Amino acid sequence: MSQTKKDLLVDPLVDNNPITLQVLGICSALAVTSSLKVAAVMALAVIAVTGFSSMSISVLRNHIPTSIRIIVQMTIIASLVILVDQILKAFAYEISKTLSVFVGLIITNCIVMGRAEAFAMKNPPVASFLDGVGNGLGYGLLLLVVGVVRELFGAGSLFGITIFETINNGGWYVPNGLLLLPPSAFFIIGLLIWCVRTWKPTQVEEREHRIQTIEEH
Amino acid sequence: MGIRKFFDNIEPLFTSGGRYQKYYPIYEMVETIFYTGKTVTKVAPHARSYTDMKRIMTYVVISTIPCILWAFYNTGLQINSNLMQLGESSQVGWRISILDFLGVSLNPQSIFANMAHGSLYFIPIYLTTLVAGGICEVVFATVRGHEVNEGFLVSSMLFALTMPASAPLWQVALGIAFGVVVGKEVFGGTGKNFLNPALTGRAFLYFAYPANMSGDSIWTPVDGFSGATALGMAAAEGIQSLAAIGLSWGDAFWGYMQGSLGETSTFACFLGLAFLLVTKIANIRLIIGCLVGMIAFSYLLNWIGSDTNPMFAMPWYWHLVLGSYAFGLCFMVTEPVSASHTNLGRYIYGGLIGVMVVMIRVLNPAFPEGMMLAILFANIFAPLIDHFVVQANIKRRLSRNV
Repeated sequence: MSQTKKDLLVDPLVDNNPITLQVLGICSALAVTSSLKVAAVMALAVIAVTGFSSMSISVLRNHIPTSIRIIVQMTIIASLVILVDQILKAFAYEISKTLSVFVGLIITNCIVMGRAEAFAMKNPPVASFLDGVGNGLGYGLLLLVVGVVRELFGAGSLFGITIFETINNGGWYVPNGLLLLPPSAFFIIGLLIWCVRTWKPTQVEEREHRIQTIEEH
Repeated sequence: MGIRKFFDNIEPLFTSGGRYQKYYPIYEMVETIFYTGKTVTKVAPHARSYTDMKRIMTYVVISTIPCILWAFYNTGLQINSNLMQLGESSQVGWRISILDFLGVSLNPQSIFANMAHGSLYFIPIYLTTLVAGGICEVVFATVRGHEVNEGFLVSSMLFALTMPASAPLWQVALGIAFGVVVGKEVFGGTGKNFLNPALTGRAFLYFAYPANMSGDSIWTPVDGFSGATALGMAAAEGIQSLAAIGLSWGDAFWGYMQGSLGETSTFACFLGLAFLLVTKIANIRLIIGCLVGMIAFSYLLNWIGSDTNPMFAMPWYWHLVLGSYAFGLCFMVTEPVSASHTNLGRYIYGGLIGVMVVMIRVLNPAFPEGMMLAILFANIFAPLIDHFVVQANIKRRLSRNV
């Protein structure tokens, strides 16, 4: 093992972030980030699912026949997702209503499956757990950043607490309606990827092609 | 030749090895304002003819002059005639103070008074566009080391002309900054944008601040006045309602109606288009495609008919003169970079816009105007259209030689 336990946890935050580098889990990042509270709950749910699914799969990894490993992984992940869904419904009903189908759709989130396939099938349980939690944290971090931008500039508030008083309530801030629409998360994630890659140039991919100039012919 | 000498003297400071090497783009920008550039375009997609890009861009700016003049006159006319109806008490604001100071009346009969009042709305918007967009442009040019491009002058002029007269200036600045950065610079600058930068900025504002970009109270910036655009009225009650307020087809063609600054006069847009066609900057295939698509689809909808939606009955010649169709047709559809590049593709691209604009106007109840969205939609499809045209050509020529 070249990676230390701390690396497993910290690496996916920026250096190997599941959203900005691997570009996974974009769909839910668009859907649940219009308010910070919902984004935070979603992030917690994903952290729990990736952490525990990676751990369980890692425990069973030597007993899972390769030919049916995807089905086994799916079963484990699905059970965890249902568990999380039920807990949310029991203790945070309002938020679970806003999240609606997206909790159930954690099962299709590529990050969970990806970590199970790429890491948990080959590594011991504790390392797998940390890796799962780390990737969940990386996902959650980005969700929160996008959520802060969208809620602050789209509605003038954070966690539902007013920061900028909007015009409709007699304040000065004109809310930016585009940020409350899901497509705006595309712009924000795109700009974030741009920032991260400027900060860490090693993440920049090589160009696929260049525009030729006439002299080169 | 004092200026030439001055530039020759300071040039070594900016070329490679010089002290201010980093700021070469700024030097280059200032120099080419005074003198013709030393280099010509060598890189795709502009290296298609011997016309230098600077000349193309200058011609496009010149072609918008009729629209600008009409924007001055018509904005002033709409405001002055509404002010007269509302009476003395509504005549407040810094623009009116300036006009008072200069001794210009608010008489809607006087062409000069209208032009003066309208220009006080257009010029602040245009200057804001130039400054805000220009800063983004220069920052990118300096960091990336490419030249500051005249294309920005075109984008900023077109963007300013699509604004409603009442647009708050900070929104104008935000819109053009978004258009320049996200619509153009992130893809590598002028010539590499797949969306029209001016329309990208306009669409951003349209979705971000719908209250300031659409509705009934924004078109004529007079307090206490509210009125829908002609297209909005037609969408609500059918084109018969336009006759009720005394708007004939001719009035709409010449542009005596409310709307965004530069879009109202179909005639002014066509003057600009004629100039672009004569100078071979606009491609006639795009225009033909867009007209045919619009006419054919509106005939189809006329024929289908609807009891509940009066827009179905709107004939094509009304689609032509209302809203931003003419403006988009003349200046946005013909934009060479974001349009299709193959000849057959140009017909298809134009046709797609023509069909989409009528479809959005008639069938979509949320947006009375469809030109902006139709053009952005077709921008996205342009490379795909080109791809299929090229592939079909390859296939045909292969089968010829079996």
